Order: sequence, then C-alpha cells, then structure tokens
Amino acid sequence: MSATAHKADTLWRQVTIAIPYLWLAVFFLAPFAIIFRISLADPQFAQPPYTNDVSANNFAFLLTDSLYVVTYYRSVILAATATILCLLLGFPMAYGIARAQPATRNLLLMLVVLPFWISFLLRVYAWMGLLNNYGTINSFLLWLGVIDQPLQLMYTDFAVFLGLVYTYIPFMILPLYASLERLNMDLVEAALDLGASRTGAFWDVTWPLARPGVIAGCLLVFIPAIGEYVIPVLLGGPESLLIGRVLFDEFFVNRDWPLASAVAVVLLLLLILPIVLLQRYTARDQEDAA
Amino acid sequence: MNKTSRFIASILVFGYAFLYVPLILVVVYSFNDSQIATVWGGFSTRWYGELFRNEQILDAISLSLRIAMTSATAATILGTMAGLAMARFGRFRGRTLFSGMLSSPMVMPEVITGLSLLLLFVTLQQLTGWPGQRGFATITIAHTTFSMAYVAVIVQSRLVAIDESLEEAAMDLGGRPFRVVLDITLPLIAPAMIAGWLLSFTLSLDDLVIASFVSGPGSTTLPMLIFSKVKLGVTPDINALASIIIALVSLGVALAWIIARRAVKST
Repeated sequence: MSATAHKADTLWRQVTIAIPYLWLAVFFLAPFAIIFRISLADPQFAQPPYTNDVSANNFAFLLTDSLYVVTYYRSVILAATATILCLLLGFPMAYGIARAQPATRNLLLMLVVLPFWISFLLRVYAWMGLLNNYGTINSFLLWLGVIDQPLQLMYTDFAVFLGLVYTYIPFMILPLYASLERLNMDLVEAALDLGASRTGAFWDVTWPLARPGVIAGCLLVFIPAIGEYVIPVLLGGPESLLIGRVLFDEFFVNRDWPLASAVAVVLLLLLILPIVLLQRYTARDQEDAA
Repeated sequence: MNKTSRFIASILVFGYAFLYVPLILVVVYSFNDSQIATVWGGFSTRWYGELFRNEQILDAISLSLRIAMTSATAATILGTMAGLAMARFGRFRGRTLFSGMLSSPMVMPEVITGLSLLLLFVTLQQLTGWPGQRGFATITIAHTTFSMAYVAVIVQSRLVAIDESLEEAAMDLGGRPFRVVLDITLPLIAPAMIAGWLLSFTLSLDDLVIASFVSGPGSTTLPMLIFSKVKLGVTPDINALASIIIALVSLGVALAWIIARRAVKST
C-alpha cells in the first residue's frame, strides 16, 4: 500500500471520530462546565443575570434552606416508590410475556412499546380526563352510587404516582423481559423436581437470573423520574414540590440563574452513582449478548 | 391452568388495560360534541374541524416537523459515525471519554440538559454574537445531541452483531476503507440507521422540557403549545389532536410489526 493511500485511510478514520467527538464536546461537555461555573456565581440585575464572583454561597444556601433539603428528599422518595410500583406490576407482566407462545409474545411486546411512540405529554394528559372531579372515574363511581361526592383524585401525590408508573413502566418491562426470556425454564423444573417449593424455586433460581434486568429496569425508571417536570405540574398539587419543578421555577419564575445551576449540580451529584451503575450493567449486558 | 399462571394472566389483562384504557377514552371523548370535554353531549367531529382551522396549532405542527426532520437526519449522520468509531476502530485516544459522552445524554434528566444547553447558547452569544435569536437552530442542535446517542447505540449493536469478515474480505481484496464502508458496511447497517432516524424523529416531536429551555420568543413547538393549553385543564381540541397522533402511531407500529413478521416468515 502506498504511503499517500495509507495517509488517506488514517485521515478518514480520524475525521469519522473527530466530527461526533467535537459535536459532543461542544454541545454536551462544555455546557456542564458552564453550569458548574455559573453555580458558583451570584445573581445580579443585569444581562447576563450573574456576576463573575466565585463563592459557594448557592450551595451553602441549598444545604441549609429546609425547602430545598425537603424537596430533594421528597423527590428521591417519590422516584423510589414509583420504581417499586413499576417493578411490582412490571415483573409479573414481563414474566407472562416471556412465557407466552412466540406469536403472542411478539404481539404483547409490541403493545408494551407502542405507547412509548405516542407523545409522553399526551399520555400524561390522558389521565387528566380520567382523574378530574367531573372525570371518567368520578362519574362512574357516582353513577354506581359508591360515592355521593366526587373524590379528589387530581392534584394529589396519588395522581403523580399513577402518572409516573403509567409513563415509565415500558422502561421496566423491556429489560426485565430481556433477562427473563433468556432464563431457561428447565432450571426451574429441575429445582422443583429436586423438591424445592414454588416460592423457593422463584427466590433461588428465577430471581438471581433475572437480577440484571431488575437492576437495569429500576435504574431506567428511577433516574428520569427523579427530575420529572411534566407529571408533577399537570397531575400534582401546588404543594407537590419536586426537584425538576423547583429548578424550572427558580430559572423561569425567579430568574435566579446561579441558584438554578446549583440545584442542577446537586441533582447531578445525586444521580452520578445510579448513572455509573446503569452504564456498567448495560456494558456487561452487551458483553453477555455478544 | 394452575394458580400461578392464572395470576400471571390476570396481571397481564390488568396491565394492558391500565396501558390502553386512558388512550381509548381520549379517542372516545374527541368525538364528544360537548364544550366540557368529559361530559358526553352527543357524537360530533367538530373538534377535528376546529383543529385544522387553528393557525397557532398548524404553525406549531410545522415548526415541530421541520425540527424533527432536520435533527433526526443530523443525528443519524453523527450517530452512525460515532457507532462506527465505537464498534470498528478498536482503541483510539480518548475512547473512554467518547463513550461516556455518547451514553450520558440518554440518562441525563431533561431539566439538566435543557438548562446547561441554554447557558451554553447564552455564553456563546456573549462571546461570538451567535445565536442572535433562539428558536429553530438552537432546538435542532439540542435534539440532535440527545438523539445521536440513541442512533449510535442502535448502529453499534447492529455492527457488533454482523460478521466483520465481509468487510475484512473486501479490505483484503484491496478495497480502500472508505469504499468498504460505503459499499459493504452502510448497506448492512441501513435498517439500524432507519430505526435510529425514526426514533430520533419521535424523540424530537416528543420533547417539551429541553425545547422550553432553548427556544426563544416566537418559536413555539407543538408540545410547548399543548402544554400551555392543558395546564389549564382538559380541552376538546387537544383530545382531537391526541386521537390523530394515537391513530397515526398505531398505524405505523402495526405496519412495522406486519412487515417484520413477513420478513421473519420468509427466511
């Protein structure tokens, strides 16, 4: 191979790497550097609305102001609860899909994925018509005579949980299905033949083999749920303070850019561990599949 | 049927009802004549008519479609390059950082991505004067960035699954790497690229939070318009719009499913 041709080959490889690399460096990495820088500044009444100071004022404020501490805590608890609810409904569903006849299985899987292609916003919106005081659920219960006053379903934490489980459950079912489908039923049969009880076989055989799917599914639900904005705004009450919403309001309503940046930095720190865990699990999963 | 399978079957019925009943109700109510969206006032298609006479909605649809097509195309090009680099170029300098940057946008909470990109655009504007106005360009860049990660993952897993020996044979026969990619690799990964494009297109049409951060006055995408309307409650014209989207998506997914089944049967 001639030297110039070799050079052209190397150049072509370098360009293929460099273009997406530069794009991500400018539009993904640089923004984080900026957000970190601005989180250390102080707000001011000018354009841009922050100073050139460097101080930890915003972080000190976040960690001492009870509103923010409570909001972070509430967000973690809410996201964790929604994750557990998704697992409780998603596990038996994924198990049922994985055990179905191949033709039915594909149809069932398609029906899990389909809502994902319909706008997220409209799926949350669909619950507004069901939950509101004159909504379908209340009208139905009134007609049945079970209640004589509409129940307050909208603008409650109950509605937020419903919205979270409804929109995020496909993220739980798909990885669970992937690991349950690989599970060899002969192993379960063998355990039963050897005298294990059904529950025993589940905890000793099925559960350990399904664990990668369980962990991936839980992280895929927990991580986005913790910063969720749309669901608490549309379905939650005014007191349903969650971190995504607080960040949004701090920025757009109070116009305090440095504080909003600090809220984002702390949220990111909270999420680093789950994000790294998720990446490790998906990397291992790809190796297993290959 | 034993106890366990009966339990599983009833959970499946419950789960699918949970997923689909709200969507079916939206479609039913979209044909409701009444002004109050959840009180039945007779069958009517008037809200569909009103939808197509509402210029605000038509403008938002056109802006969202233009952003979705441009960002999906850019994301497919960038994501395919990134997927190729990850699957075929072995170890190169900065690979760890590259793979980290490539997978992080998918799991980053939207509020953080949106805020950080807006702060970047503001900083850039102070330094260079660009972007003078936020809107089509800034939203398209934001959508391209998170979508290219999905395309890269899809393309990379397809490349890992296909045998490298075809490409190696072409190289051994003297094909230049650039020609080999063009003639051998790209046709093999075309289905993955199409899937990536469709996913990017949907993700772009779906995004509300990031677009709200990086758009400027006068640039309202469809989700932004829908959100500002539904914050105030359920409205009949949004029911009609939602029904159209549900119908289009169901049709598309059903078609894809039938085509995929034919492909499996014919092999």
